[in-house]
Formats: sequence, structure tokens, C-alpha cells
Amino acid sequence: MTELPLIGEAVAVAANPRLAGARIGVVTFPGTLDDRDAARAVRLAGATPVELWHAGTTLGDVDAVVIPGGFSYGDYLRAGAIARFAPLMSKIIDAANSEAKLPVLGICNGFQILTESHLLPGSMIKNDHLKFMCRDQVLRVENNTTAWTGDYAAGQEITVPLKNQDGQYIADEKTLDALEAEGRVVFRYVGFNPNGSRRDIAGISNAAGNVVGLMPHPEHAVEAGFGPELGSGTEGLGFFTSVLNKIVGDNK
Amino acid sequence: MTETPAVAAPAETARKFNIDTVENAAKTPDTELPWAELGLKQNEFDEVVKVLGRRPTGAELAMYSVMWSEHCSYKSSKNHLRQFGDKVTEEMKKDMLVGIGENAGVTNLGDGWAVTFKIESHNSPSFVEPYQGAATGIGGIVRDIISMGARPVAVMDPLRFGAIDHPDTARVMHGAVAGIGGYGNSLGLPNIGGEMVFDSVYQGNPLVNALAVGVMRHEDIRLANASGKGNKVVLFGARTGGDGIGGASVLASESFDDTKPSKRPAVQVGDPFAEKVLIECCLELFKGSLVEGIQDLGAAGISCATSELASNGDGGMEVELTSVLLRDPTLTPGEILMSESQERMMAVVTPENIAAFEAVMDKWAVEYSWLGEVTDTGRLIITWEGEVIVDVDPRTVAHDGPVYDRPYARPEWQDAVQADSFTGSVQDAGRPSAPADLAAAITELVASPNMCDKSWITKQYDRYVGGNTAMAFPDDAGVVRVDEETGLGVALATDANGRYTYLDPYHGAQLALAEAYRNVATSGAVPMAVSDCLNFGSPEDPDVMWQLAEAIRGLSDACMVLGIPVTGGNVSLYNQTGTTPIHPSPVVAVLGKFDDVARRTPSGWKEDGQAIYLLGTTAAELDGSEWSNMRGHLGGLPPKVDLDAERELGQILINASRDGMVDSAHDLSEGGLAAALVESSLRYGVGARIALQDVLDRDGVDLFTALFSETQGRAVVAVPRSEEIRFTDMCTARGFAHVRIGVVDAEGGTLEINGVETMSLDALREAHEATLPKYFG
Repeated sequence: MTELPLIGEAVAVAANPRLAGARIGVVTFPGTLDDRDAARAVRLAGATPVELWHAGTTLGDVDAVVIPGGFSYGDYLRAGAIARFAPLMSKIIDAANSEAKLPVLGICNGFQILTESHLLPGSMIKNDHLKFMCRDQVLRVENNTTAWTGDYAAGQEITVPLKNQDGQYIADEKTLDALEAEGRVVFRYVGFNPNGSRRDIAGISNAAGNVVGLMPHPEHAVEAGFGPELGSGTEGLGFFTSVLNKIVGDNK
Repeated sequence: MTETPAVAAPAETARKFNIDTVENAAKTPDTELPWAELGLKQNEFDEVVKVLGRRPTGAELAMYSVMWSEHCSYKSSKNHLRQFGDKVTEEMKKDMLVGIGENAGVTNLGDGWAVTFKIESHNSPSFVEPYQGAATGIGGIVRDIISMGARPVAVMDPLRFGAIDHPDTARVMHGAVAGIGGYGNSLGLPNIGGEMVFDSVYQGNPLVNALAVGVMRHEDIRLANASGKGNKVVLFGARTGGDGIGGASVLASESFDDTKPSKRPAVQVGDPFAEKVLIECCLELFKGSLVEGIQDLGAAGISCATSELASNGDGGMEVELTSVLLRDPTLTPGEILMSESQERMMAVVTPENIAAFEAVMDKWAVEYSWLGEVTDTGRLIITWEGEVIVDVDPRTVAHDGPVYDRPYARPEWQDAVQADSFTGSVQDAGRPSAPADLAAAITELVASPNMCDKSWITKQYDRYVGGNTAMAFPDDAGVVRVDEETGLGVALATDANGRYTYLDPYHGAQLALAEAYRNVATSGAVPMAVSDCLNFGSPEDPDVMWQLAEAIRGLSDACMVLGIPVTGGNVSLYNQTGTTPIHPSPVVAVLGKFDDVARRTPSGWKEDGQAIYLLGTTAAELDGSEWSNMRGHLGGLPPKVDLDAERELGQILINASRDGMVDSAHDLSEGGLAAALVESSLRYGVGARIALQDVLDRDGVDLFTALFSETQGRAVVAVPRSEEIRFTDMCTARGFAHVRIGVVDAEGGTLEINGVETMSLDALREAHEATLPKYFG
């Protein structure tokens, strides 16, 4: 039996050689779906993806972590509620809260896991229209100072796919006001709110800006022709180059 | 405080049955058995007794009843299906690595890659319980693909439901679409296309077909057989429960009749999370070469898996049934053998690999139990606590079921139907010809249930996951990249037209193939293989049997002409309510190959000023068309089949894609040129200016006919100015009719057709998109 990596394996692209040494962990839980896609995005951005298994007890020497989308543990009980207790999650929580402020990106189910882990406030409930929705979604980058958005301009509009069933972001008014006041609303839906999220919020960060979670899927907008038809199709790549530039910048 | 009563240990409750052993069966030949309730006919039961030389035990009866059901044994269609294997040339075989008979056929893609795909029905369960029926339809077909050693990479789902405004249609629609989405989305498989047809003939018998495609390296192909005496037999995945008992026999192989009790308990219940874990777990087993043979558990569950594995291998197996892990400890041996609980697989493992196998199971937290081992006795022996309850030659269960030469005859009504042409009929009165009326007719067409925008459905499916989807609905074919280094990939399209096939089953089936072939070629891929899902009424009705026989004959003949083999598929019979069958609906899937998916051709216009060409000629063919359907007419003869023209058109479209001569291409099928022009405009919101005078003059048709006729072998393409001469030279050299009908207009926001009132794209879009939300919210 040979390896099957060519599906979901990206072609190496000529990337900034400065970035090639960076190692970005991609976590796989049982039921994770977009791990190969996240790994491809990391590769296309020029870094080295590192597979992290949910049952692992060490993060190795990764410089950042992506928690990709899917249905970890079948979304049973509540999206992200079981995954939050995986051995690896406690390591991620510690590293994110540590002085080193490990950059962590949670996409879709990853975002749900981050709120369940209390790394990010609020929660996701079922879309207001009660259906799964897959569409090309326009987002506005409201904060370009986080670890994952530095390569975007503030206010820049990007198109990335959105696909989820439980994507309605909710939090109490006080939390929402605080998020707004602290500039922690990182992405907002533009033109159409696809799930009834409060204040059109698509993604948020923690206070330090190293932990970012969002429902849409930047890792599906990294290769022209295999992502959204609107825009360049590669407008999600900036997430991954942002964190690489941050890592390399910090290491200088 | 009350004491909690002690719960009896499952092991004890499980042993309280009055077990009908082989020994007991031999001693009590006259025991009454419920063979009729299990779906067997008298002659079939007699045959079982003859094969065994005694009455079957309860467990044996359970096995024979499901394995000899229509669904599992193909007893009514087998004699006809042989044509798919017989009418095959050496040329057609050259890329076939595994043919019909295995879980799914395998086709060579080159560069060491192979692709496997198959389409199946899950019709009856989807009517009884739409969500679970449709969900487990996806689950089952995906397990077929895994069983071949492949990683599944995409799914598609052709759907046919009752009238759009019938109250029950919404129940089926919401349930089936949510089920396909809920299950498929959770597996991480992009849904890249399908069909949605509404017709009252499907009211009590909706068709929910599911296709899956997977890829693998040549050396990874796995077959379902149990070889090597002493190798261990293991069952893994979900536990066995009481769901889906008799699904294949009492549900899928009988007509619905509302005088009978609900068949809901015969529907399986799916758990997509368990399936996703099972996929990854199996791929890891394959990677480590840890299994000798593998078989998914679908219809007929353990009965099917044990008998097929044993009869395809060295021919013997011994299994202890009490080792099966149960969800419900009260299940009887017969129920365990018949259960269609989902997300289970059976494998054969050498003793040396047991530890490694168990390590993979533990990693993925998948439950497993060792049931027994492979023998060389030629017998399948199943014991219950050591007592023999099944002792059969597995071939007699899996392969030597009854085969019927069902009587068939051309229906008496067929001539009258074919004589009743739409042209000149009552329904044809007031055919539009004034510019405003033609514009209204086009708008009505693209808003009609079958031609309207289907994104209400497709946006509930994940098309992006995997990152290899190069094209999906609403383009003509779904395209998935296989190899990221080279861009090697596949295209898939499914088609059927029940109305055409009702008018003429032989040609109707060929038209389905022709359309799927054309769709694949239109995307730019080279058609390579066919899988079919033959949805028909009761084979015990000679009219229906004739439709089935004719459709199979037509399809196999057409495959010979197009040079692409059928590599697998499925037959779904008894799709009828009372004595009224559905339209014969052979759903045909064609798989094509791209050397580089970057060459794919989308169906919409983009660049201002590109020349639009109509390829092929147009005849007055409105019988069976969407237009006649909208006017409530069904009669006459379907469009003429010209497979040589289809091949030629395919070559043109493939070459044009490969050499960059066209930027867009859209095939003409249901709704004719009118539908194609609107769809190409709305794809990217870029209109066109069209003049059809040359077509009218050349083909001798009027404007209405040019727009609404469904003549086959046609496509519209948009050609960059720089490529126009090269493109027309190619068409001329191949002697294929082509005429420039207009130009892409990116500025106007309209679709202008000479002789038709100008239509704004906004208004067309509104009409096109409003229909499904109007009925389904």
C-alpha cells in the first residue's frame, strides 16, 4: 500500500524562504474534515504543516496551531463540547495563555472548540434559518493587528467560503459591547448575514490577539480555481502568511 | 429509598432463545417457517429446501430470504444485465481494472492512479423516512467505494420527487436534502452535482440515487474475498442493532401498498461520524496492508458479507454469531444476520496482522470483534454458542439465487402514446411567436420546477471540502482533481429523462447516456466509463419488464458505439404505487478524465465580445420536451439519438478545451437552446446578443422551435476572438455543423435574442431562483 497523500497534498510553491522554517500544527480530531485543506494552506503560504493528533500530549515545537473545521465527535452533545476535553486541547489552551502567546486559529468547528475551551467568549448556535449553508461569503477585516490578520489592510473585504450548520454567533450584550470596544471583532459579514450572528460577527480574537476564531473557511480560498468564484479565489491565504510573518518577525 | 433492580447481564439474556439448530432442522422437517413474510415465494422456498436437502433453520431462512431478494440477487434483471458484460470490445476493456460484480468497478486513470465510482438507489427507505433513507444512501455507496481500497473524494445525488406543489413533496424534499447534506457534509466529501426532477409519477415512489467516486493507486485495489485458511474474520465499526431488518427484502423488493403496516422499522439509521471514522480507519488499514479482503455491510448485512466473502475466496468460513457486538442484546440470530445497521465493515486478517489491526482500531476508537476464521471446507458455518445454526454452501446464498426470465411484451398502449405528438395537440394551441410572448415563454421555462435554479438544494451541501473541487453544480459536470502535482482529475455527470424513456425505453436510455456523455465532454473531459442506476416499476408487470429489457438493450448498444463500458451499478425495481409504475428512469452516470483539471470548461459566459457558436443542427423535436411537459402533454417520440454525432461533438469539445479554443461551453438538453442561453447568461451574470436567423434558414425551423426543441448532439460555446478561425476550421474539418449565433455582452445586463423581447438578467434571475424557495421556504 502506498501513501495516499496526493489528495489534499499541495504542490510546493515558491514561497518567501524566510518563512519556510516555520512549523504550523494542524489538529485532527475524530470527525475533523478540513485538516488536509488547512495543511495545504499552510504549505501554500510557505511553511511546514505538522500533523497533531487530538490524543497527543505534546505540541512539539510548532510555532502556531490551526484547529480546522469538521464535525469533531460528530458534534454530539454540542459542537466542540467534547473536543474541548481532548488531551491536546489542554496543551493548546496553556500555550495560548502562556507568555509566549502561541498563535491559534480556529476555523468553523475549530472556532466552536475555542469558545467551548473559553479561549474565546460567546458561542455558536444553529443558523437562524436552521439549514446547512454553503456559499461564497464576503467578510470585512475589522482588525488587522491580530496574529492572523497582519497581512490584510484594515477594512479590507475578502471573499472566502462559508459552510456550516451551527454558525450563529451569540453572546450577551455586555460581552458583545466589550468585544467591540476592545477591537476584538476581527471579521464581520458584509452584504448578507448568513446565519443570524449577532452584530454580523464572523470572527473574533482574544485580548492578546494571538487566538482568532471564525466561522468562514480561509483555507478554502488559497488556490485559484479551487475556491470561491468571486474575487481572486485566494483571499484566504493572508491568514497563513500573516501568522508566518508574525512568527518570523517575533523570531528576528 | 428504593433498591435499583439488578439488570440481567446481556450475555444471559442473549442466550434465552430457542435456537433452531441444523440438527434440529434435520429432525423437524415439518416445522412451519415464515418464508412468505420474509419475502420468499413458494418456488424459492422449495429451492432452498432442495439446495440444503432439508428445511432451512431460522437463521438460514433469514439469510436466503435477504440474499435471494430482488434487491440483492438481481433475479429479474440478471438475464438482461449480462449484455453489459457481453457487449464489450477489447478497446473498451483496456482501461478497466475491475469490472462489474465487485463492490464497484475500477478504471485506470494513468500515472498509476485508478478511479472507482458507482451509483445506487435508496428509493424506498427515502420515501418511508426521507432523512435517514437519503443519509444512509450516501453512507452505503461511500462504503462500497472504501471496500475497493479507495479514498472517497466526492458524491453526487440525482433526485426525482413528486409534483412540486403536492403537500407530501415538501416532506420528502426537506428530509432527503437534509439527510444527504447532514450525512455527506459530515464525511468531508464534496457534493459536486446531481439532478432534481419533479413529476407526479414519482409521488409515491421518489427516486433518491447516490453516487460516490474514489481514487487509489493501482496497487491498492482491494477485493471482497476471504482467502487463506486460518485467516481471521473480523467485524468492525458500529454495533449491530435492530434497524434495517429486512430492508432489502421487505422494503426494496416490494411495491408500496397503504393497506400494509408501516415499514419504518425496516429503514436503517445512520451515524455519519461513525462512518467518517470508519473511512479514515480503513484507509489506515489499507496503508499498512493489514487486511486480505474487505467487504462493507450494506443490504442484507452479515448474511451478505459472510456469504460473499466466503464464496469469492477459498469458499469456507466459520463464524460464531454470539461474538457480534450488539446494540440490542435481545436480537435473535436471524435478526443479527439480517440487520442492516450502518457503518460496519467485515475484513479478513492474517494471524500475524492481528495486533497491528487492533492498534489501528484502538487509535480510531472503533469497536471490533473477531468472529471466526477462513476454512477450506467450502461451507459457511455459523454457530451460536458452538451450536451450528447455519451450514450452507456460500455460493448458493450469494450467487446461485433464483434467476427469472420474466415475461415481457411491448405494452398495448405504447403505439397510441407514440402516435400522440405534441405538435398539433390540444396542449400545443397558442404556441408563442410574438416577441413578448416568446420572452414570457422563456421566462416561464426557466422558472418551471425542472428548469429552475437548484441552489436551494446545492447550497445545503459542502462543495469545497477537500480543496480539489474544480467545478460543481450548476456547471455541466462535477470536476475533482486527483493529483495535485499534475492536475490529473475526473469529471462526472448523471442524467436520466423518464419522459423520453416512457415514450421509447430503448432510445430513452440511450438519450440518458448521450446526455451524461455530452455533459462530461462539454466540461472538457474524455468520457471513460459508465455506472447506471436502473429505476423501474414491478418486474412482474410485463409492460414494465419490457421497459427494463429495452432500456438495458439500448444502453448496452449505445455503450458499444460510444466505446465506454459499464463498470457497475444497481437495479431498483418495484418503484410503483399499486399498479402504477414510475416512468422508467435509467439514471446514467458517466465518468471522464482530465489530464489537467485546469483545462475545465465552465458553462457561463465571462468575456465581453467573445463569439457564441451553436454546434449541431436543430430539428422540430418537442415530444417529451420540458415545454410539452409544462403544457401537460406527454406523447410522441423522444428526440432522435445520433451517437456518432455525440462522439464527434464530444471530440470537438474535448479538443477545444485542451487547446484553449473555448472559454465556456454548455450542452443543450432539457429546455433546449432557450434554457442553455439563459443558464450561460446567469452563470456569471453576463448576457449576450443572439441572432438565430442562420439557424432558422439552415435547419428550416421557426424561432420557437429553435429555442425550445430538444434535439440532441448540440452545445453552445463561447470562443475568444483570437481562436475563432482555429475553432471553426476544426469544426469544418470534422464536418460538424456550427454557426455563429451571437456575441457575449458584458455591459448590457440583458439577454437579447432577435425576434424575442429583450430580457433583463435581473428579471430572469428572479424568475429562475424564486421557484424552489416559494415551495420549500
